[in-house]
Amino acid sequence: MATKASRSAARVMIAPSVILLLGWMLIPLALTLYFSVLRYNLLMPGANPFIGVENYTYFLTDPAFRDAIVNTLLLVGGVLTVTVLGGIGLAILLDQPMWGQGIVRILVIAPFFVMPTVSALVWKNMFMNPVNGLFAHMATAIGLQPFDFFAVAPLASIIGIVSWQWLPFATLILLTAMQSLDSEQLEAAEMDGAGPLARFRHIMLPHMARAITVVILIQTIFLLSIFAEILVTTNGGPGTASTNLTFLVYAESLLRFDVGTGSAGGVVAIVLANIVAIFLMRMIGKNLDT
Amino acid sequence: MARAISSRRMALNTAIAWTIGAMIFFPILWTFLTSFKTEAQAIADPPIFFLFDWTTENYTTVQERSDYFRHFRNSVIISVGSTIIGLAIAIPAAWSMAFVPSRHTKNILMWMLSTKMLPPVGVLVPIYLIFRDLKLLDTQFGLIIVLTLINLPIIVWMLYTYFKEIPGEILEAARMDGATLRSEVLYILLPMAIPGIASTMLLNIILAWNEAFWTLNLTAAKAAPLTAFIASYSSPEGLFYAKLSAASTMAIAPILIMGWFSQKQLVRGLTFGAVK
Repeated sequence: MATKASRSAARVMIAPSVILLLGWMLIPLALTLYFSVLRYNLLMPGANPFIGVENYTYFLTDPAFRDAIVNTLLLVGGVLTVTVLGGIGLAILLDQPMWGQGIVRILVIAPFFVMPTVSALVWKNMFMNPVNGLFAHMATAIGLQPFDFFAVAPLASIIGIVSWQWLPFATLILLTAMQSLDSEQLEAAEMDGAGPLARFRHIMLPHMARAITVVILIQTIFLLSIFAEILVTTNGGPGTASTNLTFLVYAESLLRFDVGTGSAGGVVAIVLANIVAIFLMRMIGKNLDT
Repeated sequence: MARAISSRRMALNTAIAWTIGAMIFFPILWTFLTSFKTEAQAIADPPIFFLFDWTTENYTTVQERSDYFRHFRNSVIISVGSTIIGLAIAIPAAWSMAFVPSRHTKNILMWMLSTKMLPPVGVLVPIYLIFRDLKLLDTQFGLIIVLTLINLPIIVWMLYTYFKEIPGEILEAARMDGATLRSEVLYILLPMAIPGIASTMLLNIILAWNEAFWTLNLTAAKAAPLTAFIASYSSPEGLFYAKLSAASTMAIAPILIMGWFSQKQLVRGLTFGAVK
């Protein structure tokens, strides 16, 4: 049993982590909230008067905000659809007996370790470039017009790149879940005459349900903050066609130097992320008890 | 009991899985191959796969023109530095939460996790201004601080789930035998905890190496790691495919190799123990 002495020792040992994280969270958060009610532009030095919710009304009524919200949802939704469906398929496939399973696993997982700026640039230039990209070569080879990915469908192209990066994550986690499935259960079902589809629907899918939820929640947290891929491919354009919320706040604060509006945008981003976070925390919290 | 699988079914599985695996891996392979081509061969139509004049010229050019090694050194210092500091702070915390749990432990863990949910862009402005005023912009030290803090919750969590698996009875037995706290940690806990600490370290170095929000926004030239080094190829140098490929290969190779070794830990670390 823990003694009183070990209890106070425990407190001392936790303290540095807690204090640092508390400071990391509260100080910038307080400052963001504070800046968001000031007229504060780095290009206009001088007094930063209090202006109440003006930054928020400006940010929320800016047409770019509506575009950014729509783009954020499309980006998150698109990537989730591709990676979750693809991940389920790949997890079931990789769980089958085959030769060289370990090597296939390594091949499939690799994109996750490629840094975002590299994968974005490689895809943009070497594959999606309308003149010299591999896709353009393939299109001309079969007599089609090359497709100008980033001019015609910038957001869809980014969704493609980000999906490639995150498919390994979904696959790996769903595969881990699949491997914990008792194969005797599947055999029993097969013997009782359940076809592949029925086995998938009634045994595999329910077994993976929890892992799928975890994948969705964790990816959403990361996908809401997609930044580097947009920065090096389209810079948010053309116009606001590929600007998400993160990129819009970055543009307001570090490109237009409007600290006040940027901070208001930051607060909006925090509120949105928190809605997702609450669900994720509940899931993980439940797991702690077991 | 393993099911008897017909070798035909096995061959089919293998064929499908290898085809898909090859497709997913292809961009990385293509980048690797292109890095050894000349610029003309790199954009040749029809594309050349293996039959080109292999040259390492691109690698030397990239090094000369944009000083790969300086960025590489920055990446190493920042990712390893932030990981070691993070571990030093997190190990005591995870240790005490795993072995001396109190009724607050769960709340503290959940709260730590919640700081990870804060979107970085929500605190970009104040961090940027604080860094500017403290002259921390574009310094290795500044980035080490930020990356330590953003990854600290993951480190604490991962260590916690590993420490949790060490049976507490062993520690109690040692204590009964009169082991001091020091020898308890040094001779009993540490040897059992080292695998967990090592995997935590590995995963954290990978995450820090690839972090591309703070490293892009808080560095300019001096402290820029490889993420920023590659971003500088976005235009118009990106049109030199062979050089872009050489730079990319050099930026991802070290971490790709580390990553392959840490697949299993990845699941645990990134799901905060929710999937094992």
